[in-house]
Amino acid sequence: MSDSKNGTPAEKNDDQQQYSLNDDRRVKVLSPGALIAKRFFRNRLAVVGLVILVAMFLFSFVGGLVSPYGQDQTFSTLTKLNTQYAGITETTTRRYTAAEGADFGALVQAKANSAISEGATSFERDGVVYTIEQPAPDLYTFTSGGSVVAYASSYVVSVPAGMTAPSFDFQIAAITAISNAAAAGDTAADAPEVDESGAVVVDSTEETEDAAAEAAEAEAAGNTFEADGVSYTFDEAGNVMDASGETVAMVSPFVISASDGNTVIPDDLREALLTAVDADASEVVYTDADGAEHTYSISYDAYSKVYNVTETTENLVYDRYASPSLEHWLGTDGNGMDMLTRLMYGGRVSLIIGFIVVFIAAGLGVIMGGISGYFGGWVDNLIMRIVDIFYCLPSMPIIIILGSAMDAMRLDPWIRMIYLMLILGFLSWPSIARLVRGQILSLREQEFMLATEATGISVPHRIIRHLIPNVMPQLIVSCTMSLGSTIITEATLSFLGLGVKFPFASWGNIISDVNNAFVMTNYWFIWIPAGICLLLAVLGFNFVGDGLRDAFDPKMNR
Amino acid sequence: MRTYIAKRIGISVIILFCVTFIIYGLMRSLPASYVETMAMQLSQAPGAKPYEEWLAQLNAQYGLDLPVPIGYVTWLGDFLTGNFGDSWKFNVPVITEFTNTIGISFVMGGLAFVFSTIIAVPLGILAATHQYSKSDYIISAVALAGISLPTFFFATLLKLVFSVGLGWFDLYGLMGRDYAQLDAFGQALDIVNHMVMPVVTLTVIQIGSLMRYTRTNMLEVLNADYIRTARTKGLPEHKVIYKHAFRNTLIPLVTVIGGSLPGLFSGALITETLFMIPGTGYTSYQAMTAGDIPYTMFFLTFIAIITLLSNLLTDILYAVVDPRVRIS
Repeated sequence: MSDSKNGTPAEKNDDQQQYSLNDDRRVKVLSPGALIAKRFFRNRLAVVGLVILVAMFLFSFVGGLVSPYGQDQTFSTLTKLNTQYAGITETTTRRYTAAEGADFGALVQAKANSAISEGATSFERDGVVYTIEQPAPDLYTFTSGGSVVAYASSYVVSVPAGMTAPSFDFQIAAITAISNAAAAGDTAADAPEVDESGAVVVDSTEETEDAAAEAAEAEAAGNTFEADGVSYTFDEAGNVMDASGETVAMVSPFVISASDGNTVIPDDLREALLTAVDADASEVVYTDADGAEHTYSISYDAYSKVYNVTETTENLVYDRYASPSLEHWLGTDGNGMDMLTRLMYGGRVSLIIGFIVVFIAAGLGVIMGGISGYFGGWVDNLIMRIVDIFYCLPSMPIIIILGSAMDAMRLDPWIRMIYLMLILGFLSWPSIARLVRGQILSLREQEFMLATEATGISVPHRIIRHLIPNVMPQLIVSCTMSLGSTIITEATLSFLGLGVKFPFASWGNIISDVNNAFVMTNYWFIWIPAGICLLLAVLGFNFVGDGLRDAFDPKMNR
Repeated sequence: MRTYIAKRIGISVIILFCVTFIIYGLMRSLPASYVETMAMQLSQAPGAKPYEEWLAQLNAQYGLDLPVPIGYVTWLGDFLTGNFGDSWKFNVPVITEFTNTIGISFVMGGLAFVFSTIIAVPLGILAATHQYSKSDYIISAVALAGISLPTFFFATLLKLVFSVGLGWFDLYGLMGRDYAQLDAFGQALDIVNHMVMPVVTLTVIQIGSLMRYTRTNMLEVLNADYIRTARTKGLPEHKVIYKHAFRNTLIPLVTVIGGSLPGLFSGALITETLFMIPGTGYTSYQAMTAGDIPYTMFFLTFIAIITLLSNLLTDILYAVVDPRVRIS
């Protein structure tokens, strides 16, 4: 180990004058350990590596404690979201509605259409004669055999949710009345007004006249009709109310359908929306009965001829890919978790996995290599053939195959991490075994081993106390270097999605976000810091390993 | 020498049997493999047989109902008679898929190999001859950084800078979208353009270790007694270095470089996957993750043979290049 040529740097004492020239105390003698440390610290790259490693360890292990956030703590933010609320369709063509039990098929409808456009008062189809009447500007009724079998109108009668469908007679009566009123330009009920900014503002909480009064007002304006012996009133927007003022049906060329079956569109909102469509307003501000304000925007889709009503709501969503800020120094990731904290915990996972894997590999390697080197003979032969087989096994493909198998088994992420460490450790012991064996083979022939044999020291004692310590320097160097490569292997696997899995963070699976090209392009703060951490940690291990090698073995010239 | 090679080949064959058996056993004993997935899909078709029946039928069809040792012997017999089977994932004979993809992998590997050798060897020599100088420190640091650089991170950085930022290259693939419209020359240019980033990645990843290897060996030679003799004779420095030192450094270099030649056929699994280059590496990655036993077995056996061949070649080259070495 200690080479006399390099091992005795004749450092001069500051106060050398006190001693005579041949005084031993003039020569400062360093212990082997101190010599190694001195040589190590003289190597600038090694010192840089050590500093990097210390920084990385502090960052990963202390950082996680200092950080105010947890590794899987998610953050949310308020965002304005447009959700589809309703669609308004304007009927521009006549729709045919047949009476209950009456047959008024498409062919008859086509005939009826042409008859109407020709101005005929009757037409015949399949031997049945239909008489056309026009009780209102936008209503045609078809009578056959003395009863009305169908009507055609661009007005559509719809009912509020939960009400029974109105009778055929009621429909005709309502459309007649409303179509006539519309043609007369009647403005009986007060419609919501469009304000200067082009928005329709409706407030449901405002003290409105009670329904009965409203009905009475409409009645006073003459907007009444009778159907099935009951008298109804209606307002301008086409709401048909019974005597108590309750809306029983809506008659309008516009059909409003809520996008969600559970949504009931309130009457006043419906009115407001229709007014807005009429006035080409694009926004409706509506305050519902509970006092909450909703904003609806209306856009016309010319292709489907539908006015889309979207509601702008403030929703609490995960704060995904937030830019770096004071709160989150490196922003947040795709799950709304703090990136810097993830990075710290990821470092912890990556480093711990590296250490455990190398520990497993070194343990197995030292035992197998020690047995093989010390005993030799057929044991050596057997173990070395096993090592040969392991060398020949393509390790990366095998890890990938096992990783995808673990994917298929849907293992718990925690169990999976343990398996990963075992697999990596089990696949990397042969190189250490080979190294230990080589060292022990040469050490076995040296005089001090002869001395241990002569003094009758037991075999395990000889191996553990006298051989292994002499292998330590090479072992430490090799382990330090393989720490770096293990971390890279783990990161590569996690990057491919076959290693450490969510919710655990590791530097590799943090970077795997770049598989989404959009993240790679736009969110540098997600993956560049993780990559730099990974690079620095591995570089640190390699620098230190390199420096240790030179310090242990001065003949190697760094 | 001849007996040595014969013995080595004999041992290699035994190792190969063990390795293929291990891989076969591994592939067979994995749960939720290709066949299970397929049986699951087939059983969900309307009016289909239940999952268990499909599974039994498919297992019988693919020879998976045999116990592992018998299955292995069957596979081995097929393999030795040149029947490599059909790939499950790609629906073509394994050998067809392999010959289709090996070319591009070999070209890429070869280019990276040539570039990394051209760059690494002179730099390694420079570092060794100017030991402890500034350039030595820089080269050593860069070499270590090259070893420490994770492939996927470097590849992603390249993509960000040159594809997204500068727009010089496409992000993925080997051909542009207008490949079919180009003439022969344009098609060649297109492929070269797409290969730049993968080759650069491979080169940078390989360069570090070769540089360090050159430097270490050169330093060892420079400390040898005959170099001191040459200097004391008064030979000019360049003659000392290039005639006496470098020639002796070539011995381990040629050995290592020669030994890595068979590896060019194995494809670059990670790099090809990152850039979606349709070479053997990417293809085998897809096959492995899909549980495609015939293709994976063929590919991994191929890799094992290549590895054994490399080791053998390294040892033989060592004896051939350096007459001082006598193989016993």
